Amino acid sequence: MRIAEHVDVSAPPEAVWRLVSDPTRTLEFMVGVTRWEVLSELERGLGARYRILNLVGSAELGGVVEVVEYDEARDLAWTSVTGLDWRGRWRVRERPHGRSRVEMRLAYGVAGAGIGGWIAEHVAAPTVRANVRRTLQQLKRIVEQEQLRRLAAERRASRQIA
Amino acid sequence: MSSSSASAHASANGHAAPAATANGSATERIGAPPAIGSLGRLGRALAGAVSRRVPVADLDVRDPDYVRDNLPWLWLISSIYYRGEVRGLSHIPETGPVLLVGNHSGGNMTPDTGVFTLAFAGHFGVERPFYQLAHNLVVSWPGLGALRKMGAIAASPANARRALDAGAALLVYPGGDYEVHRPTWESAKIGFDRREGFLRLALDLDVPLVPVVAIGGQETALFLSRGEHLARALRLDRMFRLKVLPISISLPWILNIGDFFGHIPLPAKITIEVLPPIYLREEFGPEPDLDDVYDHVTRVMQDTLDALASERQLPILG
Repeated sequence: MRIAEHVDVSAPPEAVWRLVSDPTRTLEFMVGVTRWEVLSELERGLGARYRILNLVGSAELGGVVEVVEYDEARDLAWTSVTGLDWRGRWRVRERPHGRSRVEMRLAYGVAGAGIGGWIAEHVAAPTVRANVRRTLQQLKRIVEQEQLRRLAAERRASRQIA
Repeated sequence: MSSSSASAHASANGHAAPAATANGSATERIGAPPAIGSLGRLGRALAGAVSRRVPVADLDVRDPDYVRDNLPWLWLISSIYYRGEVRGLSHIPETGPVLLVGNHSGGNMTPDTGVFTLAFAGHFGVERPFYQLAHNLVVSWPGLGALRKMGAIAASPANARRALDAGAALLVYPGGDYEVHRPTWESAKIGFDRREGFLRLALDLDVPLVPVVAIGGQETALFLSRGEHLARALRLDRMFRLKVLPISISLPWILNIGDFFGHIPLPAKITIEVLPPIYLREEFGPEPDLDDVYDHVTRVMQDTLDALASERQLPILG
């Protein structure tokens, strides 16, 4: 099952990237995620490993994932090493007037689980999709608030210098 | 994971040993009426056959890939049918052997085991070895071999020891058949029947004990009685070492006596709470009094079960 949703954010890609690439802040905005724990010495970047749990239905499902693509302020992709088969991607693209388009893609399933896996994937899809949408809305709120604060701080700083 | 074919003698988890494992025969010793005698011989023959089928616990039978392949089914049943909710999994130590001690509900169709197995495998991954002690008859019953691939092993102190020695998490139900067939109106009651084998196991191997409290299973049918008097009146305890002959109202049988062929469980909401680990020697000293420890463990479990019961507003719906 593959789910992709996007949102436009009134902030540049770098502001979005600061949030999505920081594993210590994931629980602030990723709805349904109950754990995002750094396992590797590398906290972020290509090869970083995290233990992730998602509450879907009656169970927290997840496992260990590894970052397999890390293109600063553009793409961050991870894939599962253990547990549920899943891949995820943050895709951040610049839009005119200092805005960004943020896309979150998730693909999940249990390879070899047959009809049971197919049914479960489709039954879980509305919940996962709703979580992705809420995650993007939460991300938009946080990034835009932080961007406003940052701009205000810059204005204050420039006034003091003047 | 229980069976109504119970005996009085509790093993490590309180599940009884099968009839044929007992030495000798009560009917032979005390003398039985002729009609009962032939029935008894038939019973002993059946029990012997079942006993020979009891698989020796081979921990390799558990197949992580099989567990993984079946997680979607477990997830569907747990999430949609039972609306399962499992809290406090983070209390379970991340690594190493651990003895999970649960209260047992739902007759021979125990939904809480499936809900918990899914939650455990989802949280820790199927790679972490996880076994469940089950009644000998359950793991030897034709057609239920798949349960062994999921981690069910025959209940015996030796098998429990083997699993914990291997560093696995082991789920035991000390109340066994006695608790699982309790009347529905005793749903919120821990009933271990003073079976303390699990405490000896935890002490001998010095493993943490983690209580797992579940509610809802006893609402999957209307359990009326364990049928202990009926079992005695029919001399089943002497012939088959059947201590209980549970009576319930359940689908599709309506009046279900014995629950030998299971039943269709009603979709009761299952809520499970995992409590913080208890390190017996740290909390009770190097040689603790088992009765004291038993009272403590059952009291904290009962307190939690009371709290879970107070959350429930409607039977079945939760």
